[in-house]
Amino acid sequence: MSDTVQNYVPGEYPDQPPPIGQRGIMLWLKTNLFSSWINTLMTLFSIYLLYLIVPPLLNWTVFDAVINATSRAECREIDTGACWAFIANRINILTYGFYPDESQWRVNLSFVLLIAALVPVLFDNVPFRKFGLIYAVAYPFIAGWLLLGGLGLEPVGTDEFGGMMLNTIVGVTGITFSLPLGIALALGRQSHLPIVRTVSICFIEFIRGVPLITLLFVASTMLNYFLPPGTTFDLLLRVLIMVTLFASGYIAEVVRGGLQSIPNGQYEAANSMGLKYWQSMRLVILPQALKVSIPGIVNTFIGLFKDTTLVLIIGLLDVLGIGRSSLADTKWNGLSNEVYISIAIFFFIACFGMSRYSIYLEGKLEKGHKR
Amino acid sequence: MGETETVQHTPVASAAGDDDLIEIVDMHKWYGDFHVLKNINLTVKQGERIVVCGPSGSGKSTLIRCINRLEEHQKGQIRVDGIELTNDLKQIDAIRREVGMVFQHFNLFPHLTVLENCTLGPIWVRQTPRKDAEAAAMEYLEKVKIPEQALKYPGQLSGGQQQRVAIARSLCMNPRIMLFDEPTSALDPEMIKEVLDTMIALASTGMTMLCVTHEMGFARTVADRVIFMDEGEIIEQNVPEEFFGTPQHERTKLFLSQILGH
Ligand SMILES: Nc1ncnc2c1ncn2[C@@H]1O[C@H](COP(=O)(O)OP(=O)(O)OP(=O)(O)O)[C@@H](O)[C@H]1O
Ligand SMILES: [Mg+2]
Repeated sequence: MSDTVQNYVPGEYPDQPPPIGQRGIMLWLKTNLFSSWINTLMTLFSIYLLYLIVPPLLNWTVFDAVINATSRAECREIDTGACWAFIANRINILTYGFYPDESQWRVNLSFVLLIAALVPVLFDNVPFRKFGLIYAVAYPFIAGWLLLGGLGLEPVGTDEFGGMMLNTIVGVTGITFSLPLGIALALGRQSHLPIVRTVSICFIEFIRGVPLITLLFVASTMLNYFLPPGTTFDLLLRVLIMVTLFASGYIAEVVRGGLQSIPNGQYEAANSMGLKYWQSMRLVILPQALKVSIPGIVNTFIGLFKDTTLVLIIGLLDVLGIGRSSLADTKWNGLSNEVYISIAIFFFIACFGMSRYSIYLEGKLEKGHKR
Repeated sequence: MGETETVQHTPVASAAGDDDLIEIVDMHKWYGDFHVLKNINLTVKQGERIVVCGPSGSGKSTLIRCINRLEEHQKGQIRVDGIELTNDLKQIDAIRREVGMVFQHFNLFPHLTVLENCTLGPIWVRQTPRKDAEAAAMEYLEKVKIPEQALKYPGQLSGGQQQRVAIARSLCMNPRIMLFDEPTSALDPEMIKEVLDTMIALASTGMTMLCVTHEMGFARTVADRVIFMDEGEIIEQNVPEEFFGTPQHERTKLFLSQILGH
């Protein structure tokens, strides 16, 4: 160490707080809301807008809202706000569709088990993660058994599935299976084997060139022509396959972007070390490429989850389909705001959750790599 | 470095009985129509330290990248440790296990810690148990003098430190040959010395080294042979004293005057 460092006496300059106006809430207000006259003007204007919007909104949704009523007329007698009583009245069918009442515990149980399966997958700092992951792999089979029945449980046909449960099933299945398939397609597109590459490119470009609705129509009608007569192929299963394939095409392109961002030197270092193709992909390339792709992947998943409402076009009654058909009830006439807002909240919670998770994950990986 | 380390890098002579580790015979390489390497003949013996120099674009990188098949040659033969390089993936893997490579831009894996960078190869390629691989990695990190950085990520290290990690990472695979492609030319001047010192220490352990560099001081002190390349050909090769003292070819003289002149 040099002399100057040794000459310094520790404690000579004790830490002091910054002066008033340079810290805390006053500083924040000053720098963020009132830093210039134009900024001040915008702040005041925003406050005025909030004053115009927020109180009526709160009145309608909360203070003047009615939770207990048996018809729209009764709602109106009680108060002027939202008639949430309608939603409360229909919550069962909005959640479970036509799933038999006495078996609905199975849906609830699968949902709880789903959360339990997601925790070890999404977070790496949970205890016994290894067992959690094994359980997560087994989960689709457990859920399939619980929801469909058989083996001691009352069988329930997939035509009785509906509501938020149906959206969740389609969304979660699509997300779960499209990720590995999409990664495989992205790698296939980069493959040196011409057949693998051609098949991957054709598949991806086909999927990206065709609207999901078209694929769903194909799933609901056309497939019957290709299948041998007499075979029944569950409509929900067809939809699940189509949605998965559709999302995987998009995931593949997002992951390809990530792969292209990895410098050649990484491949060379992995190769020169003697790692085999799959090892270098799994250990070196994909962890980096997927990290880069997280925003795009989650974006695709969010789009996929919202697109699950499209199944109503081929006659499956998801939460939107059930909500719409419930509007026809004369007893509850004209309550579309309440219905659509509730459905929007359901989708918002799911999609916002995904978005937050993606930000959390990016932050966590960022801390790790710190370029 | 102590005497014990010398033993570590003195592998038994190959079964064939000769000690030529690398044999390149009449080798040619093209990039499309561009003839990058022309009629290369080169043998490297066990424990030999060779410095390759030459003007930019003369094919130095391409030559050493052919030795571990990062590039494919189109004509002639390359044998490493008695194994001929062909399209056979098994043989390529076998050779890559024995040949370590250090790159100009380090090419460390940014998502892994320094220690994980060093244990990746041993664990997955050599099937070394994790504990042993980590112990060995720490030993090599000590030799390159950065054991205290083991748990950091490459992005948190200086260039010189990263290059030393890259050297340690290669050594962890216990290679018989080390290839260096301009290991110091991406470094700030004050970091060049620490990397060169590491390489000199490595040379003193008897490691077979093939090194593309413009560090002529390093070539003088360490090399058994200096090879000069130009336009894809080996123009001249000689022991350092002769190579620097009495270069034979005009192009060598010109190159040396340019690189040593100022
Ligand atoms: N992938 C490639 N495709 C086509 N040409 C290439 C490729 N890689 C290198 N070359 C060409 O081959 C020649 C030799 O390149 P090489 O990288 O081996 O040179 P070098 O001697 O290492 O030069 P430097 O000192 O600049 O690193 C150069 O003219 C270069 O432009
Ligand atoms: Mg080069």
